[in-house]
Amino acid sequence: MRWSIPEFLLRPWRTIAGPSRYLSLGFLTLGGFVAGVMFWGGFNTVLEATNTEKFCTGCHEMRDNVYEELKTTIHFTNRSGVRATCPDCHVPHNWTDKIARKMQASKEVWGKIFGTIDTRDKFVAMRRELAEHEWARLKANNSLECRNCHSAESMDITKQGARAARIHQQFLFTGQRTCIDCHKGIAHRLPDMNGVPPGWSEAANETDEPVRRWLAETPTGTANPHGSP
Amino acid sequence: MPRHVLIALAAALPCLVPALLAAQNAGQNSGPARLDSPFRPPINFTDETAAPPIPADVTDDRRVARNYPEQPPVIPHNVRDYQISLNNNQCLTCHSRQYTGASQAPMISITHYVNRDGQTLGAVSPRRYFCMQCHVPQTVAQPIVTNTFKDVDSLISRPSGGPSDGGDRR
Repeated sequence: MRWSIPEFLLRPWRTIAGPSRYLSLGFLTLGGFVAGVMFWGGFNTVLEATNTEKFCTGCHEMRDNVYEELKTTIHFTNRSGVRATCPDCHVPHNWTDKIARKMQASKEVWGKIFGTIDTRDKFVAMRRELAEHEWARLKANNSLECRNCHSAESMDITKQGARAARIHQQFLFTGQRTCIDCHKGIAHRLPDMNGVPPGWSEAANETDEPVRRWLAETPTGTANPHGSP
Repeated sequence: MPRHVLIALAAALPCLVPALLAAQNAGQNSGPARLDSPFRPPINFTDETAAPPIPADVTDDRRVARNYPEQPPVIPHNVRDYQISLNNNQCLTCHSRQYTGASQAPMISITHYVNRDGQTLGAVSPRRYFCMQCHVPQTVAQPIVTNTFKDVDSLISRPSGGPSDGGDRR
């Protein structure tokens, strides 16, 4: 039995593959260029328009819950007046990652249409799950959105409190932890934190950690008692 | 005096009183009234005085000695946006027993595990859950009235007698 391409597919293909019958080459190339500029400009404009705080807080789910919580925190009001808007932390700045996140956000459109969190009670009930999504995302990209503004290289720990300086030296500068491990709930209220240990706690269980660090710092010749000199 | 003039005066009286008060105090207020002064002059309800500046927090991470043994220790670090709620107690992520090893924070005392019936629980007693009911951060504000509190050690170590002696027997 011989398979043939059906007629309804073949006819458009012939139209596309064939040369232009009435339109000039100049019209097609220049018109295509102009149309491309308009399409890309429109696409980017819409992309940027959906990447604003005004757009995010256009829905009451965001405006009445998470945006209200943000207003009291240091990422909204502080001495220098620099502030973070929703997309600064929740949308990657790189183009590829941004498009990937925007495609993921179609799930949020689904949630909006079907009212997944359209009441306060529904939102509170889902808060742990929603928070865990964000923790997992920031953990996976090494807290990229934090580091868009806060860089470890520019962090002057002599200006920090003694506790902060010690913890940052021990965990952040060594790469053992990333920002979100300790700094959960800095911009919104926390969900039920049962079973979520603080970021600095697991290191306490590794009792041999100081020994390993000492071994790493000591020259290999003296640190290895079994090796021959 | 005609009756309608009296009624007009009575109606205008509430408006006249603040103006009268302001005129009365105009001579006394030499210079702006200081809100932080214990002897500040009476301020009219029509006046708007500048609020005193909010003093900065003390966040030097140095423990402050207690003035008496039962005093809840004060907080020497920043506690802005610390969440103490049904969901989470941010103080306990450092100060509870299991996390003090990593955080090197002082552990909450064993009294915090005792409920009001005197039973020791395995975790923080609900009546002790809200840390900042007793433990508070400090600011650099200077006390308006001088505090003459003496701690118990300075009373014990006095040479002899009490305050009623007045030093006469020496």
